[in-house]
Amino acid sequence: MDNFLLQLLNGLVTSMLLFIMAAGLSLIFGQMRVINLSHGAFYLVGGYMGLTAVKQWGAFWPALLLTPLLVGAMGWLAEQFLLRGRYGRERQLQQVLLTFGVALVLSDLAEWRWGAYTQTVPPPVFLATAVPLFGLQFPLYRLAIIAMGLLLALALALFLGRTRLGAILRAGVTHPHTVSGLGIDVERVFAATFAGGVALAALAGILGSPITTLYPGLDFEILILTIVVVVIGGLGSLRGAFVGALLIGLTDTFGKARLPEFSLFLIFAVMAVVLLVRPSGLFGVEEGH
Amino acid sequence: MRLPVTKILLPVLLLAALLLPLGARPYVLSLAIEVMAFAIFAMSLDLLLGYTGLPSFGHAAFFGLGAYTAAYLSSNHPLALGLTSNLLLLLPVVVLVTAVTALFVGFFALRTSGVYFLMITLAFAQMLFSVAIRWTAVTGGSDGLPGIPAPHITLGPLQWLINSRQAYYFLALAFFVLTYWLLRRLVNSPFGWTLRGIRENEARMQALGYATFRYKIAVFIIAGVFAGLGGMLLALHFRHASPENLYWTISGQVMIMVIIGGAGTLTGPILGALLVRLFPQIASSYLDRWETVEGVIFILFVLFAPRGIHGIYVYWCSRVQVFTWARKLLNT
Repeated sequence: MDNFLLQLLNGLVTSMLLFIMAAGLSLIFGQMRVINLSHGAFYLVGGYMGLTAVKQWGAFWPALLLTPLLVGAMGWLAEQFLLRGRYGRERQLQQVLLTFGVALVLSDLAEWRWGAYTQTVPPPVFLATAVPLFGLQFPLYRLAIIAMGLLLALALALFLGRTRLGAILRAGVTHPHTVSGLGIDVERVFAATFAGGVALAALAGILGSPITTLYPGLDFEILILTIVVVVIGGLGSLRGAFVGALLIGLTDTFGKARLPEFSLFLIFAVMAVVLLVRPSGLFGVEEGH
Repeated sequence: MRLPVTKILLPVLLLAALLLPLGARPYVLSLAIEVMAFAIFAMSLDLLLGYTGLPSFGHAAFFGLGAYTAAYLSSNHPLALGLTSNLLLLLPVVVLVTAVTALFVGFFALRTSGVYFLMITLAFAQMLFSVAIRWTAVTGGSDGLPGIPAPHITLGPLQWLINSRQAYYFLALAFFVLTYWLLRRLVNSPFGWTLRGIRENEARMQALGYATFRYKIAVFIIAGVFAGLGGMLLALHFRHASPENLYWTISGQVMIMVIIGGAGTLTGPILGALLVRLFPQIASSYLDRWETVEGVIFILFVLFAPRGIHGIYVYWCSRVQVFTWARKLLNT
């Protein structure tokens, strides 16, 4: 029973990290119809930048704020100079190649700067303790991640549901032509979306690095899991990203603990089953707009 | 627009390929075999990606399946059957296994499209990969299945044992040329044009009375079979079937080959396979950060040559006068 509770909590931690990643990826896809294959690389870069900030200045909280801003700026540049003018379904293959190229460059430069070995990242000092919870000791930092994930989900839901920009973003998913027809500058929305999306990836990176550690190759591991989450939930849906993240985070954690032989198999089996029952994901809109 | 590809370039290239073993070092021959196996694999994916508009991200499933099937049949590893290494028997079994698997996967995957198709094909491939790497008692786990003996072709009293690298090179070349020729006929047949129609507008093809699902299943099976043959060639060359052959990085790499070479053509994927397989081999001995350079090359392709290497070639053919003259000369 204790084990079950521990795995459940760990599963929730994984779920929250996946949710933050998936929210960014889903946001980008929902608006621009681009699968951002460099999303995992931005996680890695965000994590490494946070590591440097913590090691050099011992400052976790400023890093938590600054890193997503910095990475968001990188995303903005990437959108301006690379993706702009290359949208649309007939250019899908070019988008794949482009974002894959960006991922290669980023991860290779990260390896150059931060080394080809596994870097462990200490959690912030005042969260580096364990707290008693239902009769077991659970690291406080992990609880903080669950709390931050939930808070972020709430904040994003409010942002999308209650603000003007949120309304534009929601409309962009289902009725992109109407949005541009209403005189909204879609290009600026795209730039902001891409910057915001990769900033979320960097946030996940800096939050997750004490748990996942950082090493070359992590970027694509995380990317694949994130895409699985987004596809299960339905591309472009925040609620879908949340439910998908819970499903995959828990499947992954319980799978690794209970059936280590088949954990990878389980994740993809879950995705295959979901897609067979609902070809557009749990909360997705039909493709082809 | 007729390009001088078939009339000048192709015979020259074929002659060069036939003469290569005379001068090349064994290492170069080995690379050439590898590139040809991947070129077959890439051409098969282009049937889906370029001609039919089906972005499969799990094509390595069939590549690896071909490799493992050949290994099971021929290897003298304790886990394998070790029945035969006669190509005339290996070939039909590999074709059958990959075709049946493609029918099964395609039946489910083709109900989706676009990104969802991308992901469900990836899911099937990753499930196969996880079986290959985890179910050690049957699949050999991360070691894969080594111990494949040299293949031979035996028909009654006639036997050709392919135990030298030169001999295997010619075998691979024969497979490669035959695949190119068959697929060329396929994409220029009414079937091939129907596939292009599905890519451009599936709803319209349905309205015209085409049972598009059947066409998609058919091309999915054909692509799976040729990918399997590419995998078989690679496994017989390295004498080893490896779980890496099934991994998604291989699916991604072959996708890059098709896009960089030029999707929707057959020469494109061949050139893409050449570039993507050779670049790391050459660049890694000169550059430390060759992956950065590779990424930059990908980006530059998108920015300046969105139709890939084949597109650059077509562009120059339409520009350079010499080619125009040659074309006129040949067409008269």
